[in-house]
Amino acid sequence: MLEVKDLNVIFNQGTVNEKQAIRHLNLTLNDGDFVTIIGSNGAGKSTLFGAISGDVPITEGQVCLDGIDITNQREYVRARNIGRLFQDPLRGTAPHMTIEENLALSYSRGKHFSLRPYSKKDHTVFKEALKRLNLGLEERLNTKVGTLSGGQRQALTLLMATLVTPKLLLLDEHTAALDPATSDKVLKLSQKIVEENHLTTMMITHNMEDALKYGNRILMMNNGEIIADIDAEAKKTMKVEDLVHKFTDVSEANDRMLLRGS
Amino acid sequence: MNLTVILGALELGAIFSILSLGLYISFKVLDIPDLTVDGSFTTGCAVSAIVTVASSPVLGLILAFVAGALAGLVTGLLITKLKINAILAGILTQTALYSINLRIMDGKPNISLLDSKTIFTNINQITSYGTLIVLFIFVIVIVLLLNYFLKTQLGLALRACGDNEDMVRASSIDTDKMKLIGLSLANGLVGLSGALYTQQQTYSDITAGIGMMVIGLASIIIGTTFIKNEKVLISLIATVIGAIFYRFVLTFALQVGITSGDLKLLSAVIVVIAISSTKLKLGGKKNARS
Repeated sequence: MLEVKDLNVIFNQGTVNEKQAIRHLNLTLNDGDFVTIIGSNGAGKSTLFGAISGDVPITEGQVCLDGIDITNQREYVRARNIGRLFQDPLRGTAPHMTIEENLALSYSRGKHFSLRPYSKKDHTVFKEALKRLNLGLEERLNTKVGTLSGGQRQALTLLMATLVTPKLLLLDEHTAALDPATSDKVLKLSQKIVEENHLTTMMITHNMEDALKYGNRILMMNNGEIIADIDAEAKKTMKVEDLVHKFTDVSEANDRMLLRGS
Repeated sequence: MNLTVILGALELGAIFSILSLGLYISFKVLDIPDLTVDGSFTTGCAVSAIVTVASSPVLGLILAFVAGALAGLVTGLLITKLKINAILAGILTQTALYSINLRIMDGKPNISLLDSKTIFTNINQITSYGTLIVLFIFVIVIVLLLNYFLKTQLGLALRACGDNEDMVRASSIDTDKMKLIGLSLANGLVGLSGALYTQQQTYSDITAGIGMMVIGLASIIIGTTFIKNEKVLISLIATVIGAIFYRFVLTFALQVGITSGDLKLLSAVIVVIAISSTKLKLGGKKNARS
C-alpha cells in the first residue's frame, strides 16, 4: 500500500541551521492499516506526513503509494489519493463559501475541472453524507462554513477528505484543538468513516489512550526515526503506563546520549 | 449638474465598472492586490486605438481583452513560477508595460480616433443615449457571465483559492493554474475597459492608466460597504453600483470647482476613508469568522 524507503529529510541543508528531521526511515503499510503515531515534539511525525503528502521536500529516498512512485509528484497531484487533516480546524475548509460549495469542490477531486455549474444532482449525495455526521449540518447546506464551530468544521473537513475515497488518510493531531467531548466525537467519527471505507490511515496523536484505543498498529517516533513498531497483538495487552514507560525510556536514553555527546 | 454631465458620468461609471469587475476577480476573489491594472488598462487603450484606426473597432475590443489577459498572465507567472511577491510582480509588469504600450502606439504618446468609426458611431446617430446603452449592455452581459462563471467548478476553485489555498490544494487543484487563469481574466476585463474608454473618449493616451487600480478598489469597497451581501451576483452588482457612484462623486467634485489635477488626491482620500471605515466596522466580525 504505502512504502517509504530510506527516507531522509534535511532542512536548511548546508547551513548552520541544518536539521535532519527524518533519518533513513523505512515504513510499509498494509492495505486497511490504521496506524497511530506517537512521539515528542520535533520527533518528525508531521514532517513524515509532509513528505508523504508532498508539502515537505524529500532530500533522499522514495515514497510509493499502491506501487506507484510519487516521490516527485507535486502536492496537488498527490492530493488526488491522499486525504489530510491538520490540527487547525480552520485549515481544511474555505470560510467564505457555503457548506455545499466546499463539498462540491472536494467532490470533484481528481476529476476534470469544467465550465459547467456544479451539479445540483450532487445535492442528495452531500445531504446523505452530512447526515452521517449527525451534526444537523444536512439542513444547513447554504451556511457559510466560517460560521461553524471548530468541531463542526473539523468534522466537515473529515467528510471532504473522504467524500471521494482516498487511498491514504493522514490525520495530523486533528482533534488536538477541540474540547474533550468534541474531540471524542470527531475521533469516533473518524474511526467510523475509516472502517466504512476500509481506509488505510495514519493518525498522529499525543494522547496515549487514543493511540491504544484506535487502530491496529502503533509507531513511536523519536529524533526522525521510528523507535518502536507495536503490532495489533502486542497492542492488545498494552496499557497506557506501558506505552508511557516505553516512551520515556527511549527519550531519556536519548537525552543521556545528547548530554554525553555535548 | 446638467444632463450632459450626468450622461458623461454614467458612461464613465459603466466603463470603470468593467475595470472594477476585473479587479473584483483579482482583489476580491483571488485576494491578490494586482497592480498590473494601471499598465493593462493603457494596453487596452493602445491596442483598441491602433486596431480601430487600422481595421475595426470590434476587433479592437477583442484584441484589447487578449492583450490585457496576456499582461495578467505575465504577472501571474511572476507570482507563481518565479515566486515574486504579488505587489512587486504587479509593479514590475506595470513598469514594463509602459514601454510596450508606447511601442504599440507606435512611439506616440497619444492617438486620436476622431476620424475613425468606433463601436458607438452608428448608434449615436440614432440616439444621443447610444453610447450609454451600448456600455450598459456590456456591463450587464459581463455581470451575468461572471456570475455564471463563478458558480462553475472552475469558478468555485478560483474562489476557494482566495479563501483557503491549503484547502484547494487538498482538493487536488493546482493553485498556480488558478491564479494564472484568474489574473488573466481580471486583466482581460481591465484591457476591455481601457478599450471602451478609448473609443468613448476617441483618443488614447499613454498615461490613461495611472490611478486605475485605486478607482477599481474604491468602486469595490464603496459598493460592498453599501450593499452587504455575500451572494456572488449581489456583490458583482454592488461593484458596478460602487463604480458609478464613485464616478458621480468625482463629477460632483469637478462641478464644485476642484481642479482635475486634484482628482487623484481626492480618489486616494476616498479610498482611505472607505477602507478604514470597513476595517473599523468589520473588526469584530472578521475575528469571529476568519
